[in-house]
Amino acid sequence: MNDKSFGGAAHGSYRSYTLGFILALVLTGIPFILVMTAALPVTALLVTIGAFALVQIGVHLVFFLHLSRSSEQRWNIVVFAYTLIVLAILVGASVWIMYHLNYNMMPMNAKMLP
Amino acid sequence: MSGKPSNVDAAHAGVEGQHDNSSIRLFGFWVYIMSDCVLFATLFVTFAVLHASYAGGPTAKQIFELPGVLLETMFLLTSSFTYGLATLAMRRGARGELLAWLAITAVLGASFVGLELSEFRRLVLEGNGPQRSAFLSAFFTLVATHGLHVSCGLLWMIVLIGQIARKGLSRTMSSRVMTLSLFWHFLDIVWICLFTFVYLAGVV
Repeated sequence: MNDKSFGGAAHGSYRSYTLGFILALVLTGIPFILVMTAALPVTALLVTIGAFALVQIGVHLVFFLHLSRSSEQRWNIVVFAYTLIVLAILVGASVWIMYHLNYNMMPMNAKMLP
Repeated sequence: MSGKPSNVDAAHAGVEGQHDNSSIRLFGFWVYIMSDCVLFATLFVTFAVLHASYAGGPTAKQIFELPGVLLETMFLLTSSFTYGLATLAMRRGARGELLAWLAITAVLGASFVGLELSEFRRLVLEGNGPQRSAFLSAFFTLVATHGLHVSCGLLWMIVLIGQIARKGLSRTMSSRVMTLSLFWHFLDIVWICLFTFVYLAGVV
């Protein structure tokens, strides 16, 4: 059973899985602790946990899914990049539209509330 | 085609042919996973739009219990790691070890689903089921869709364990193990978004 028998996905090593697991534990633990202790003001807290989530997604992609820029993975990356564009349009535009719709449909006096 | 021992496969098609076949299958599955990403994104957006539509019902802060969510997260995260160890065992050709890690992964995944079901049960018994408010409808749809994916992955894993135990570690089997690996790690990534943007952001 040599390495080449199972192509397609890049393979991890014991080291990469362990490193990824430890990083993921830390990146999960910190936002939970921050929120449970309400350590920061609300906006700062939201931005911080969002940032931790993005970093953790990156860690999972690299250490668990082994996404890399090697030639074997090129098409995986192309599809991934295209999906990111679709997601950005879908999520960004929907939230933007619905936020403004919500705002404009509100009765005038509600707009004046804090 | 499926389930033949590797030496028979190798006799029928060259090693290179098999290699390509398995790569193409994995790439196809990757494309499916990306389309699943879009499905989850639409549900996330629905939740984002409705996250404050409580209709006089409970708010996110009142019904989410973070310690339970943290435990669920740990189960799923550890199961991703043990699945990685399973693929490493497979590459060494250690069938017993592969089966053991797969079984541990399945138990961790089942614990995750169990915790999620008990959370749903608690919410419904408290009168906060999906019909209570738009917020809860969006919440149940999003979280249950993820839970359903994990359950399907579990079923797949159990079938795979049975097949490997019965037929041995053929090339077809190892390709299936790698495909499920993609699916399982992907579900963990979706869960990162879930615990961050639904549970943690709801309690903030």
